Formats: sequence, C-alpha cells, structure tokens
Amino acid sequence: MPPHPETWLRVTPEGLHCLPGGFTVDPVRPVERAVITHGHSDHARPGHRSVLATPETLAIMRARMGEGRAGETQQPLRFGEEVMQNGVSIRMAPAGHVLGSAQVCLEWKGSRAVVSGDYKRTRDPTCAPFEPVPCDVFVTEATFGLPIFRHPPPDGEVAKLLRSVELFPERTHVVGCYALGKCQRLIALLREAGWDRPIHLHGALMGLCHLYEELGVPLGDLRPATVAEKAALRGAVVLAPPSAVADRWARRLAEPVVAIASGWMRVRQRARLRGVELPLVVSDHADWEELNRTVDEVEAPEVWVTHGRDDALIHAMAKRGVRGRALHLIGLGDEEEDAAPGGAEDAGAHAAAAAAPAEGAEP
Amino acid sequence: MSVPAFADLLERLVFTPGRNAKLALLRRWFETQSDPERGLGLAALTDELVFTAAKPSLVKGLVAARTDPVLLALSHDYVGDLAETVALIWPQREGVNAPPPDLSEVVETLEVTPKAELPELIAGWLDTLDASGRYALIKLLTGELRVGASARLARLALAEWAGKPVEEIEEVWHGVRPPYLPLFRWLEGKAERPDPRDAPVFRPLMLAHPLEDADVAKLEPSQWRAEWKWDGIRVQLTAGPGGRRVFSRAGEDVSGAFPEIVEAMDFHAVLDGELLVIREDGAVAPFADLQQRLNRKVVTPKMQRDFPVGVRLYDLLLDGAEDLRPLPFDERRRRLEAWVEREKPARMDLSAPIAFVSFAQLAEIRAGARAASIEGLMLKRADSPYVPGRQKGLWWKWKRDPLSVDAVMMYAQRGHGKRSSFYSDYTFGLWRPDGNGGEELVPVGKAYSGYTDQELTWLDRWIRNHTVSRFGPVREVEKSLVLEVIFDAAQLSNRHKSGVALRFPRILRIRKDKPAEEADRLENLMNLVEKGTAEAAD
Repeated sequence: MPPHPETWLRVTPEGLHCLPGGFTVDPVRPVERAVITHGHSDHARPGHRSVLATPETLAIMRARMGEGRAGETQQPLRFGEEVMQNGVSIRMAPAGHVLGSAQVCLEWKGSRAVVSGDYKRTRDPTCAPFEPVPCDVFVTEATFGLPIFRHPPPDGEVAKLLRSVELFPERTHVVGCYALGKCQRLIALLREAGWDRPIHLHGALMGLCHLYEELGVPLGDLRPATVAEKAALRGAVVLAPPSAVADRWARRLAEPVVAIASGWMRVRQRARLRGVELPLVVSDHADWEELNRTVDEVEAPEVWVTHGRDDALIHAMAKRGVRGRALHLIGLGDEEEDAAPGGAEDAGAHAAAAAAPAEGAEP
Repeated sequence: MSVPAFADLLERLVFTPGRNAKLALLRRWFETQSDPERGLGLAALTDELVFTAAKPSLVKGLVAARTDPVLLALSHDYVGDLAETVALIWPQREGVNAPPPDLSEVVETLEVTPKAELPELIAGWLDTLDASGRYALIKLLTGELRVGASARLARLALAEWAGKPVEEIEEVWHGVRPPYLPLFRWLEGKAERPDPRDAPVFRPLMLAHPLEDADVAKLEPSQWRAEWKWDGIRVQLTAGPGGRRVFSRAGEDVSGAFPEIVEAMDFHAVLDGELLVIREDGAVAPFADLQQRLNRKVVTPKMQRDFPVGVRLYDLLLDGAEDLRPLPFDERRRRLEAWVEREKPARMDLSAPIAFVSFAQLAEIRAGARAASIEGLMLKRADSPYVPGRQKGLWWKWKRDPLSVDAVMMYAQRGHGKRSSFYSDYTFGLWRPDGNGGEELVPVGKAYSGYTDQELTWLDRWIRNHTVSRFGPVREVEKSLVLEVIFDAAQLSNRHKSGVALRFPRILRIRKDKPAEEADRLENLMNLVEKGTAEAAD
C-alpha cells in the first residue's frame, strides 16, 4: 500500500517540506533546495541555494530579486516534464494564477500529492489554464474561501471601467493593481475589449510588463504615467500599485477616478475603506465555487488548506465526505494580491475592518 | 433591464465622493432611462418610494432556506451587513432564463401580491439578478437605501439636465408623485409645468449674503430692518387644505421629526422661520440640543419633553391663497404681525425687530449679544420682496466675530474625494493639569477647513514628517504645531472628554512662530463658554 502523504510531506517552520526529496515548496526562509510555485513575493523569496521552478517563474524571480539572490543554482522545469529528486518525482502543471504559475505534483512510492500554490479557474489571456491532476492529497489555498466570494466574469468588470471612461472623459481613470499578474491581465483584458489606446503605467509596473512581453505576452502600447502631462492623461487609463492610487503619487493625475481591481472589492465595506470610487472585482485567485469544483475534480480523499478561510472550506468539504486539514502556513497571503486589505490576519473578522483602512496598503 | 441598471447607478453613487460626478451620473440616468423607470429610480433615491410588505426577516428566511447555516453565519460575520451578505451568498440557480424585473414591475406586483405569496415572488426576482442587482432590490424593499445623494442633489441634476432653474423644480416637487410623469413631460418641453394646486409644496427660501464690516458704512440705516439671526434650523411651514409640511432649508420634508409643530399648524399659510429648542423659561437652547431632534423619522414623547421645539417666525409668504412674496418686507412684516395676532398659533412666536438709529449702535448691540443661540444679526431691506435664492443687496447676514484659541495639533486624518491623499482633518487640543503636577493636552475639537491649498500642502507634509504613531487612517503627530482655530461658539458638552464642544471650528492660520507650550489652556476656552448654557447643555 502506498504511504500516506502525511508520512513524507511535513509542515516545518520553512514551509511544506518533502522528507525523502529533501526540498521545501515555497519556503519562507532560505533553504538548500526550494521548489517554487510562482513569482509572488510571499511564495518566491530570495536566498535559497538551489531553486526549481518553471522557466517563466525563474525569469520573474531574477527580474524581481536580481540575478544573485534568485537562487545560486536555478533549474527550469517545463509543464509536462518530470525530474526525479532522491526517488521523488516532480512535475509541474499549470495553475492559471499568473504567468509561469505551477502546481507542484509530487509522487513517491505510488502516493501522489499536488501542491497547487495559488490558482484560479477563470480564463486569463496571460497564462496557461489550470489543469486538474488527480491525487491522494490536494494542497490548496482558500484566500476567497467563503461562499460570498464569487468573482463575476472579468470582461464585465473591464466593460464597467470602459463605461466609466466614456462617462467621465475629462478625468483620469487610475486602477490600483498588483505588479505581477493582475496588471498584465488587466492590460490584456482591455486589449480584448478593444481598448487600443496607450495604457499608462506607474514606474513600479513597467519592468514586469516588459518581461511579460519578452516571454511572449503582447500588451500593446505602454507608456510611463510619470512623464506625461496632466492634461494628456485626461480620459486615459493609468495602472498603478494599489498603495499609490490614493496617495501623493496620484495627485499628478487629472481629477482621478480611483479604481482598484481585486477580489476583495466584492465586499462594499472593504472598497469603501480603501477610498475606491470604482471597485472592480477582478481576482487571480479561485473563488468559492472554483475552490469547491477543483477539490471535486482532483478527486482527492484528503485536502490540506494552506491559508485563507480554511474553516468554511473544510466545513463544506466535510459535507461531501472529503477530509480537510488546516495547515496554517505562516507567511502566505502577506504580500501580494492575496493579502486582505489591512493585513491577512483580519480576513476573518469584519470588526477588524474598521481598523484596517487604506494605511495597510502604504509601503 | 431596469433593476440591474438601477443597481449600477446605485453602486456608482455610493462610491462616488464628488458632487459633480454624482450629478453627471444622475443626469445620465434621466437621459438614458425611459418612463416610468427613471421616475421610479429617482423616487427610490430620494426616499419617496416606500415599501412596507418586505421586512428584513423575510429576506433572512429566504436565504436561510437556501444556504448552509454554518457558512451563512461565517459569511454574515465577515460582511457585517445582512442585505449585502444575502446578495453575495444567494445561490445562482442554473437554468433561470427569466429576465430581471423592471422597477415598475417590482412596484406594481408588490401592491397586488398577497402577503403569503411574497417570499416566493421575491425569491424569484433574486434568482434573476446578479449580486449588485440583488443588493439593490433588497435595500429597496427593506427601505434601507442610503445613497449619499440627497433629494436636493437629485433636483439639481434634474435642473441641469433640463436646463431649468432648480427653484422652478422645487416649487412643484412636493406636488408630484412617483413616477413623476407630468414633471418629466414638462422638463422635456412636452407639457406645461404641473400645477400643484393645494398640495403643500416647498417654496425656495430667500437667503442672505454675508456682510463684511467694511460694507456697513455704505448702508443707509432708515432703509434697513434688523433682527437676530438665531442658531437653529431654517424651516418653511406650509399648511392648508392640501396638508401640512415642515420643510428644511433645502426643501426636505422634515415633518416626521417635529410632530408637535405639525400639530400646531392649524392654519392656511406659508411661513418662514427658525426651528429652535426653546426651554420653559423661553431661553433658546444651544444647537447641540436641537441636533438631538434632527434626522429622525420618529420621535419619542421623552425626546419631545427633553428638547421642546418651537418656531420663531421671520416672514409670511402666503396668507391663505394670497401670495405675499411680491410685497415689500415692511408690508409683509405688518401682515405677519397681524396674522400672529389673529391665529395665535401654539409653539410659534415672532422674531423681534431690533430698533436702531445708526449702524454704530447696531454694532454695539451685536457685540453685546453673547448667547450661544444667537449667530449674529439679519439685515433686511425695507422694500425687499421675497425672492428665492441669494440676491445681492436685499438681505445681509452680519455674523458675530468668531472666537479663537491657539491649539496644538494632536491627530490628523485623511480627507475624502479630492482630498483623499491629503491629511486634511485635524484634531487639536489644549493644555490642562494632568493631576501629577504636570500638563497634558486634551482634545477639544476637529477642524477640516479654513486653510488655503498651499497651507494644506504644507500641513500634509508636516504631518507625514512628524508622525509618531498610526491608528488605522489616523496619524498621531508630534505635539509641536500650534493652530489658530476660530469657531462661532463654545458650549458645554458631556459627550466630549474636555467637557466643551465648539460650533463650526476652522483653521484661521498656522502658528509656526508659536511654541506648543504657549498654546492656550482649557480654562481659556472655558471662559468663552456662555453663561446660562451650562444647564441647557446637559
């Protein structure tokens, strides 16, 4: 009988550690051997000796951290390829979260665990779609693990933005979005919606957009927002990090309409606390239905939940006979878009929302 | 498509801080929606559409029957608001092809549906809507639509859209009912202006310009009449065969908050006056007391006892059906006095005229009035007709000089809308003994106006560079910046830690020259509190 993944996959202070393989998936501290699901900074951290990831994720890590800090040795592993590490088979399957994002599929002595990292099931023109891989243990996030989170179709949200641009042509629409993934996805969605005018970018977003283009994702005419004349940005769409849209940086814009693109925008009080005039519900994480559908499709008898609303998800799975286990991994959901406004730990209590305003987004 | 379209409008209005942007959204609604949808939407926004059949408990029951109790509880706990939780968690049913309802369908169907069939009806509608549509419908049905777009703003948008003066719309507004078909026909130039006949409509108030001391010399005393400017809320009382209403200055119907006034309006006339809390001895209580009575749909007998209200009459607009507005002020005043003599209305008295022979004398009288309930003087030209709005040269308000203290900035908070990137709201404090032989600052008020754009930029930078800690949106700053704060009155208050509340505080100047230790002490401010208001404030 194959060994239960519990016997060879353990939660350690570094993260989820594979005992026979001697590596850790998305470690939060520097380790000898790291396997990285994707380039967001709460999953991909600097200072590991050897790093195994998809070629795109490695490129993103180099761009964000600098050559030297993104692992002393880097080993690319393409989707569908397999490597063996001390008898453990490692394969990458697309996670659909951001460019290069992968589920890490591990197999040892006939027992299979899939560590999905962050993922979504909605179509994203900038990355490969999620592929369900049947397994014995499925490791999932639960950032939006409450039934109130059902992300509407993203093209509808982009249409909402364009309707607003049409209604307020003299104002600049500034959309707060995360530098890796969300930004490029929004640009691609705008292009699909027929917006062929230049899109202006905050300086912090430019580098990764160029990298996406180098990696084969066309984004059209992109220009820095910083050098443009205030008047030239009337009627323009500007993308910026969420922390910049309501702060001093945004003063250069002409009567800005402040939008933020995030799954959290589904809840009004959240949007209001951020001072958002146009909330856009666009998320790179699975919503409630996607989480549950995915759990069903991988047919795993047991599901481990790394972070987010594990209570609700585990309750819902139990009703379908799936055993759930909360891993309470620390360090996840702290940095990139899966961070709830005001800090990850407040994702549960709405009472805390009152004390978690725009400041949480400040650098 | 109308409930979703309305939900869109609602969502934009709720999140839009700017007044001009709100107006643009409303104009577009009138422009793009057809009748009766646009009128019903307008009525929903201005609280004129009232449903009573659907209680929140009905909605709660519907959602409870469709969701797991644990997940519902976790979700409600996370979201906070029940209507929003229901809107978000409502399970989307496969194979629902019915189009979402129009607003008119909602209104008409609710009227004829027996109570027992309501749950099924509402659930059916919710099945056809998306999350924001469900939210709009639930808020609409349970009467909790709070949009931040006042009826006044909606009328301004109507006026802008139709290219008509807003006063003309206000005069008929309370005489038309949703969905306002005659109103829209008139605004589109397809019909005459609707005639409200006997309906109790609002007549736009006549307003005054502020008078600067330097302008006083140009006025000829014999041509002017003076009376006190009371610190209450300006109201219009209108009563007749068509009904009775108390309107606020902006034309909102506030009758519900003041039933004892409505009861006393046993006459046929339209009057202009000041609504005040008046104590048994005839003393006018500070504004803080009147605030207890504002923005209420229902008032308890205790509220009516604790904060008895009356109206001090300024003007008579209509006597019976006779329109007195074109008459000169002196003539209207004579008619008002005769009217009060004749009708002897309960809870109302005349605003007393102030006799004077020179403006020097009047200035003395003004300076001598320190009661907190007096804001200053009103000057009305003897021959002025009653005209809507603010016409220069007819009425002046001559406010008392403001009081001032030098206070220390303690906390700063970001503003809204255009000011959302600026720390523009300041809590300031004064010194008092800390009980251990030292001194401590106690907050006495909050100001968010009075400064220039340059000063705001300077203050914002200063705050960012002198932050000592943060509490959410609030920054605590180094206690080293002195602000000269002016205000209209200081009143005792047990709701403030310092025991005193300021009326309309604003920043006069930044005192970069003054060390914080030399800022004023709480006792300096206490000396500015009017005698006689102490008991009234509790």
